[in-house]
Amino acid sequence: MSRQYVIRKILIMIPSLLGISLVLFTVLAMAPGDPFEELATNPAVPPEVRAALRAKFGLDDPVWTRYLHWLAAMLQGDWGFSFVSRMDVDKLILQRLPVTLIVIGSSQIIAILVALPVGVLAATRPYSLFDQVANTLAFVGFSLPTFFTGLLFILVFSIQLDWLPFVYRANIDATGWQFYWEHIKQSIMPVMVLGLFQGASLVRFVRSSVLDVIKLDYVTTARSKGIGERKVITKHVVRNALIPVVTLVALQLPIVFGGAIVTEQIFRVPGIGSLLISAMLANDTPVVMAVTFVIACLVVFFNLLADIIYGWLDPRISYR
Amino acid sequence: MASGVVLLLLIATVALGPFIWPVAINDIDFAAKLQGPSWAHPLGTDDLGQDLLARLIYGGRISLAVGLAAMVVAVVVGVVVGALAGMSAGWVDAALMWLTDLFLALPLLPLLLLLMYLFRDHFKRLFGVEGGAFILIVVVIGGLRWMQVARLVRAQFLSLREKEFVEAARALGASKLRLVVGHILPNALGPVIVAGTIDVAAAIIAESTLSFLGLGFPSDIPTWGSVLRDAKDYLDIAPHWALFPGAAIFLAVITINFMGDGLRDALDPRRVL
Amino acid sequence: MAEPLLDIRGLKTWFKTDDGMVRAVDGVDLHIDRGETLGVVGESGCGKTVTARSVLKLIDMPPGRFEAGQILWQGRDLIPLDDAEMNKIRAREIAIIFQEPMTSLNPVYTVGDQIAEVIELHQKLSRKQAMVGAADMLKLVNIPNPERRVHDYPHQFSGGMRQRVMIAMALSCQPKLLIADEPTTALDVTIQAQILELMQEMKERFGMAIMLITHAMGVVAETTQRVVVMYAGKVVEEASVEALFGDPRHPYTQGLIRSIPRVDRSAGRQARLESIPGTVPSLLDPPPGCRFAARCRYVMPACTQAIPPLKEVAPGHKVACIL
Repeated sequence: MSRQYVIRKILIMIPSLLGISLVLFTVLAMAPGDPFEELATNPAVPPEVRAALRAKFGLDDPVWTRYLHWLAAMLQGDWGFSFVSRMDVDKLILQRLPVTLIVIGSSQIIAILVALPVGVLAATRPYSLFDQVANTLAFVGFSLPTFFTGLLFILVFSIQLDWLPFVYRANIDATGWQFYWEHIKQSIMPVMVLGLFQGASLVRFVRSSVLDVIKLDYVTTARSKGIGERKVITKHVVRNALIPVVTLVALQLPIVFGGAIVTEQIFRVPGIGSLLISAMLANDTPVVMAVTFVIACLVVFFNLLADIIYGWLDPRISYR
Repeated sequence: MASGVVLLLLIATVALGPFIWPVAINDIDFAAKLQGPSWAHPLGTDDLGQDLLARLIYGGRISLAVGLAAMVVAVVVGVVVGALAGMSAGWVDAALMWLTDLFLALPLLPLLLLLMYLFRDHFKRLFGVEGGAFILIVVVIGGLRWMQVARLVRAQFLSLREKEFVEAARALGASKLRLVVGHILPNALGPVIVAGTIDVAAAIIAESTLSFLGLGFPSDIPTWGSVLRDAKDYLDIAPHWALFPGAAIFLAVITINFMGDGLRDALDPRRVL
Repeated sequence: MAEPLLDIRGLKTWFKTDDGMVRAVDGVDLHIDRGETLGVVGESGCGKTVTARSVLKLIDMPPGRFEAGQILWQGRDLIPLDDAEMNKIRAREIAIIFQEPMTSLNPVYTVGDQIAEVIELHQKLSRKQAMVGAADMLKLVNIPNPERRVHDYPHQFSGGMRQRVMIAMALSCQPKLLIADEPTTALDVTIQAQILELMQEMKERFGMAIMLITHAMGVVAETTQRVVVMYAGKVVEEASVEALFGDPRHPYTQGLIRSIPRVDRSAGRQARLESIPGTVPSLLDPPPGCRFAARCRYVMPACTQAIPPLKEVAPGHKVACIL
């Protein structure tokens, strides 16, 4: 993969980020009333802080300058102050971000680990019993909304079987292996809920992509080399089939983050998703804006990652 | 086929339910709270002793109505954007497609939540509690789901623009608008219907998610999502309370998805994406 | 006479479709001797490609299946063999190249990788040695800068160059038989000649036999010793090149030869190019009797009664026609 390709993809991120910031700002500017209205009635906020905030966000300036000011402040990491948590928003988010990334990351790994073999196996035996069962389960899987799967998991694994805790605890009073085991145990359900949901749609993508690739000429060439069906599939089919799948997965990313918010809320995982919801319920506007922006940035960043994987899988792209 | 029957049954239940099961959705009866299914309450009761069947029928009307209305908004916006882009080519096309891609990259749920958060009170003031929430949810969900339709319509435009019958119509002096309405749109209909069907399911999920998170309909208006939200803290003592609305959402979504899949196979064997 | 290298007897490869059984190959007999070049000609859809792929058992099953017949490779029937046994024959003893050089190489691996894969597997070499072997093969097929180009991807080669790569890959284990399925059809005319010349050169070098499948009679005349003419899933004529062009017996063969453009006719008369009227019949429910009957200019009632068998009319010259 050429360096220019990666650099070009990084440069393409910039207009996307600007576009997202523009959309967010437009939404904020269009919102009726003063976003800091409630601060006026909140006795915990001294008037001078309010005045400073109004000045910083330049609420009386023309829209254009307000956007630039806001953007400049966001870029400098000056994201405001949460009156509910009584700390800087950037610190608050940094505190919560790792949990979210771990949950999303491990659920994606689960999704790939499940979907790849199932999708490939289903495609190599089209219309077999295995294919039909896998297809049906995948259909059920992505038709089940995450909030319902989450509740079902709690009902079965926590309440009926009493295997797993249903509330995520940030501070576990244990050491050594016990500490890690507790952490893994309480992460299983949120990760599985998210991973299986994502995996379900992935199975369908992988299956149809493999079905498309498997009838191409170069697969026949590979078979004619006498390298064995298993290697034909793993080496010559899967890598090519993954190319369109990566694009589809990138398109799914916004949904993954949506699912993460719901899952974090159900299992009370202290990530940025549950932070967003609690901030909204508590009318904590600076936190709401910042978390939305961070999630949007994460989506763009993961899209970049998908582009890089795409370029690595398909030499035709990165050489151009 | 079976999914079509189940979906029709679901719609019929929701539409005709109030006539067959004329129980008020907010009759509070503490003596009968948190009861499982019985003859008096076929789906049991919640923590205030309210009848779940009545509440789910009422909620189903809202959920399905939101799904359909949001789909209409999405399809209208999508067709307009896609047709404009497909017709104009050049920089208008490029700009509209950039916008479409940008919207596709936006995290849907956070944005939905943000819009609900910022505009909820305003709409409540303008259109009342229920109407305000309904209009806002429909506009917001529909306004964030038009991209797929726009792409499909544009792709159809680009491929159909060159085809002979359009050339022929153009040679006969048909106006641009007439070409679009009379010739190109009917041809783009198949994939758009499929996308629209799937949009209904997605909108139902989106509305339920919003209500579940407490940012959709307020909990005194029972939708499937808000009933589930109230039920989630009673999972250990009243699991039926959560299972029925969840199953209702699942059934609606899976039958609509199945129909979309069937329609896709029927209308368009070579998929356009 | 010595045992032929490859002897196909009564091969029937059928495909099950929604509309019924498609009899793509319906009783084909042909053989190839060591070191000879056999041409297999016929219109598209006559079963040439299916015959070729049947030899290496590259037919998807289902929907395809071997209904009857034998494929004797050096006296051993390939049809009952399982995949593992076939894999010892593929590439090592029988190699194949395809019509579309643009799509028959895997776009995500370098050409060196794809050639080395065969060498590594069949000659039990390390990857490093196999890569050296791959470069040698590229050099053999006259690709400039082979040491550098092994690291290039297929999209960095032109169509003709890719077909050279395919040939290099096919020959890397020095097979006894090379099946070339319309190797030049997708290429420019000037490139076609180069590829045919290269195949000729390779044949002389390695002494392998070639089964050249084509619909171009000109190619057949130039490169082969013996020809099999196929029509609608059956062999209709088999003869040496000289006999076939000098004394074609089957009306279909005659039609094929008349459809070759000629420039060597006397100057005053305009050469008239003839085509065969009609199209190949459906292989779904083939008509009883001779399958060419509907298009044949000499058709008579007996033609539609029974399928005429392949009869020897002169030494080495067989025809399936009652004439």
